[in-house]
Amino acid sequence: MEIIEQSRYETVVGLEVHVELHTRSKVFCGCSTSFGAPPNTHTCPVCLGYPGVLPVLNKRAVEYAMKAAMALNCEISETTSFDRKNYFYPDSPKAYQISQLYRPIGRNGWLEIEVEGETRRIGIKQLHLEEDAGKLSHADGGLASLVDFNRVGTPLIEIVSEPDLRSPEETLLYLEKLRAIMQYCEVSDVKMEEGSLRWDANISLRPRGQQEYGIRTELKNMNSFKAVHKALEYEQIRQAEVLDAGGRVVQETLRFDENQGRTFSMRSKEEAHDYRYFPDPDLVVLNIGAEWREAVRATIPELPDARRERYTREFGLPAYDAGVITASKKLADLFEDSLGFTSDAKAVANWIMGDLLGYLNQNGLEPGEVKLTGAGLGEMIGLIEKGTISTKIAKTVFKEMLLSGKAPQAIVEEQGLVQISDEGALLAVVDRIVAANPQSVADYKAGKEKAVGFLVGQVMKETKGKANPGLLNKLILDRLNA
Amino acid sequence: MTLYQQSIGEIHKKLADRQLSVEELVAESLTRIEQVDGRLGAFLSVDGEGARRKARELDGKLQQGGQAGLLFGLPAGVKDNMNTEGLKATCASKFLANHTSIYDATAIHKLQQQNYVLVGKTNMDEFAMGGSNENSGFHAVRNPWNTEYVPGGSSGGSAAAVAAGEVYFALGSDTGGSIRQPASYCGIVGLKPTYGLVSRFGLVAFASSLDQIGPLTKNVEDSAHVLQAIAGHDPSDSTSLDVAIPDYRQALTGDIKGLRVAVPKEYLGEGVAPAVRAAVRNALAELEKLGAVWEEVSLPHTEYAVAAYYLLASSEASSNLARFDGVRYGVRSENADNLIDLYRKSRSEGFGPEVKRRIMLGTYALSSGYYDAYYLKAQKVRTLIKRDFDQVFERFDIIVGPTAPTPAFKLGEQAADPLTMYLNDILTIPVSLAGIPAISVPCGMDNGLPIGLQIIGKALDEPTVLRAAHAFEQHTEYHKARPAL
Repeated sequence: MEIIEQSRYETVVGLEVHVELHTRSKVFCGCSTSFGAPPNTHTCPVCLGYPGVLPVLNKRAVEYAMKAAMALNCEISETTSFDRKNYFYPDSPKAYQISQLYRPIGRNGWLEIEVEGETRRIGIKQLHLEEDAGKLSHADGGLASLVDFNRVGTPLIEIVSEPDLRSPEETLLYLEKLRAIMQYCEVSDVKMEEGSLRWDANISLRPRGQQEYGIRTELKNMNSFKAVHKALEYEQIRQAEVLDAGGRVVQETLRFDENQGRTFSMRSKEEAHDYRYFPDPDLVVLNIGAEWREAVRATIPELPDARRERYTREFGLPAYDAGVITASKKLADLFEDSLGFTSDAKAVANWIMGDLLGYLNQNGLEPGEVKLTGAGLGEMIGLIEKGTISTKIAKTVFKEMLLSGKAPQAIVEEQGLVQISDEGALLAVVDRIVAANPQSVADYKAGKEKAVGFLVGQVMKETKGKANPGLLNKLILDRLNA
Repeated sequence: MTLYQQSIGEIHKKLADRQLSVEELVAESLTRIEQVDGRLGAFLSVDGEGARRKARELDGKLQQGGQAGLLFGLPAGVKDNMNTEGLKATCASKFLANHTSIYDATAIHKLQQQNYVLVGKTNMDEFAMGGSNENSGFHAVRNPWNTEYVPGGSSGGSAAAVAAGEVYFALGSDTGGSIRQPASYCGIVGLKPTYGLVSRFGLVAFASSLDQIGPLTKNVEDSAHVLQAIAGHDPSDSTSLDVAIPDYRQALTGDIKGLRVAVPKEYLGEGVAPAVRAAVRNALAELEKLGAVWEEVSLPHTEYAVAAYYLLASSEASSNLARFDGVRYGVRSENADNLIDLYRKSRSEGFGPEVKRRIMLGTYALSSGYYDAYYLKAQKVRTLIKRDFDQVFERFDIIVGPTAPTPAFKLGEQAADPLTMYLNDILTIPVSLAGIPAISVPCGMDNGLPIGLQIIGKALDEPTVLRAAHAFEQHTEYHKARPAL
């Protein structure tokens, strides 16, 4: 990375992001869009492209696209229309994709990312609605190809950014923000592993200070945030090396191989498809009046930037915490739900950012995939505040809540986790431990403060961690100093 | 007059009066097909068993006191580019030689609601591309008036079948004249409705912005009967018009007093055969006698229509026919080495020369760098042509001219010369580009071959088109002539 940042080149990245809209039915027929059904069961003559069939536009898909476009600050076209993108491939039953080239639903939008404390506005050139293709798989040792048309006709929006991104890091921030906005709008599951969020990147370098863009390459096959970061890092170094050697970057489409960590040429500019776009004569021009547009706009909820700002203002969260939590709608909702049960916003934020995110990262899970509820988290913090459980015990309770979703009070009772705050009971254990460890007592008297920690640990072990830590500390010191 | 020579109205009366059973009627139709279709080749498939089964079912309904609607029990032919579930829909292409429909077209569904009887699927130019029916991937159709001659196309099978009395009506599709021109060549009535009046759902697309389903019948009244059954909004077709459907039969008043008729000078100019010109002049005189007034007008962009049409229709066709790729249905080449080879070989083996020609033409017109010069320019011409009609219709009720510049030509005569063949549509194409309705009615004979009069109306003004055609028909005998077969 350092090589590039200090180098004389500026990186320029533009993204094309595809988001599957989670409407109940497909965009041009009535088939279900649900994921994971047996192959070719969510199909009909229309989505299979049988001779004589015609598409009928799903109005809900248009509304989702409008909602997404408005959340990205796009202008909404008063008249929008559909075009055919012609290409032969077995995953495309009509041999054309219904898309929007000439009159997309949304244009000239933007979103903002925070880069090293500064806000950067990234332009969105257009947002259009189109249909997804089927899925190919290869069987019989590569001798046979199978196609599943369940996904064909699932509504997709393609969000084309301006070439406003300047590094792999910014690209990641953009993608994270985009994903969050789609999540907040509830137009998509944005699950990368199910393919409901995918992207291609265009990247070029130019000498710092130069206005004109360099020659770009298009990167494909980056299936995770990690992969897009790695691919762009690889590609900017590769291009810099080409330019440093006095060469010219070849305009081409590249495929990123994540295992090998490098890009491979898929096709050159000359081999690029001519999609022969033309207006789809099977569909009519769609007028989007102000009334319809504003009715859809009214369904857009508070978006991540607004929430982040509110969390710092209303709950006094540090900007960093607010940013991390609002990056995911599920986390932000959890945060707010918790505050119905405790007023310690910072404590809630700490649990979310520390224990929850740690657990999710470790297990490769998404925020929605654990059973923890806001009520549970809030109540648990209340139990700590009241001294019913120690912070240490709370970690056990928290883990149990992640797995079972049970209420913290119930977990504490079932597992007998109530903190021992009874001075008499605790003193008995302290006496026993101190008596059993004369060496530690001697060490302490010789000035080795660490000995206290050992004795505390021994008591905790004896009480299975339930000793009230503050009280315990006091009792041990009293005893040692007596 | 034998049964097969009679009109829908006449047959309906016999059925309603129980003078005739549907089974007898269907048997007559099947017998007629057996007798003459070997010479005509109008059908690609005949579903005798299905037709007889349906006939018995309908007779049962009648016996139980059911009411017979106008199309009740009537044997019909359907052009083979329309889907009728369970029967083949080949589009007269080898590519789809073994393709069976898995659903019904909306127009077919509507006819079923009227209890019609589907007898068989009619021959056509492959994927409706052609004007002579010689482009059928299976066999040519011959003109019932003289089997040396073509029946016109692309709905040549439907036209020949009706003219020869094999069925009482047929459905065709018209993209640039494919109902009107064969109707003209075969001496019957062919109506191309306003674009969007009849659902295209289930019609295998040639050029989506132009294709319309319409009736081929022995007379204008029958045409109104069939149109009544198939017209109407269909939510499955986004280009279908959501309008109230009038009672077309009520339009057939016989009264055209004061009707303002425009006659475009471009429609009677160079290239129009003298016999055709004379027949149209006679027809105008007839209309005048009935109280209509006519005046010569100009549709100045007519000469650009054919060029614009072949760019637009072929562009759309190149995309519409791309789905025939050998992957899911139709021909799949046995000898393909890889994916591209599979596409190339399947399409090369499955499509005939005219289809290939138009796919290439359309692909070229849509290609990067040519789109503006061809497709977009042709769209602009289309707008100008529409405007020509709009301007004339500000002052006139209908436009009248020939349907085709000549009567039918001999088989093979123009086959080697696609451009001459394209010019046969010069008088029907502008109407298609404008999306307005037009009908062809018999208006004369030349050397034993029929001549057709084209009556063009404003968008959705089928009532006036039908009224004028009907009035003309009532006072002439041309539609009563039947080929001797």
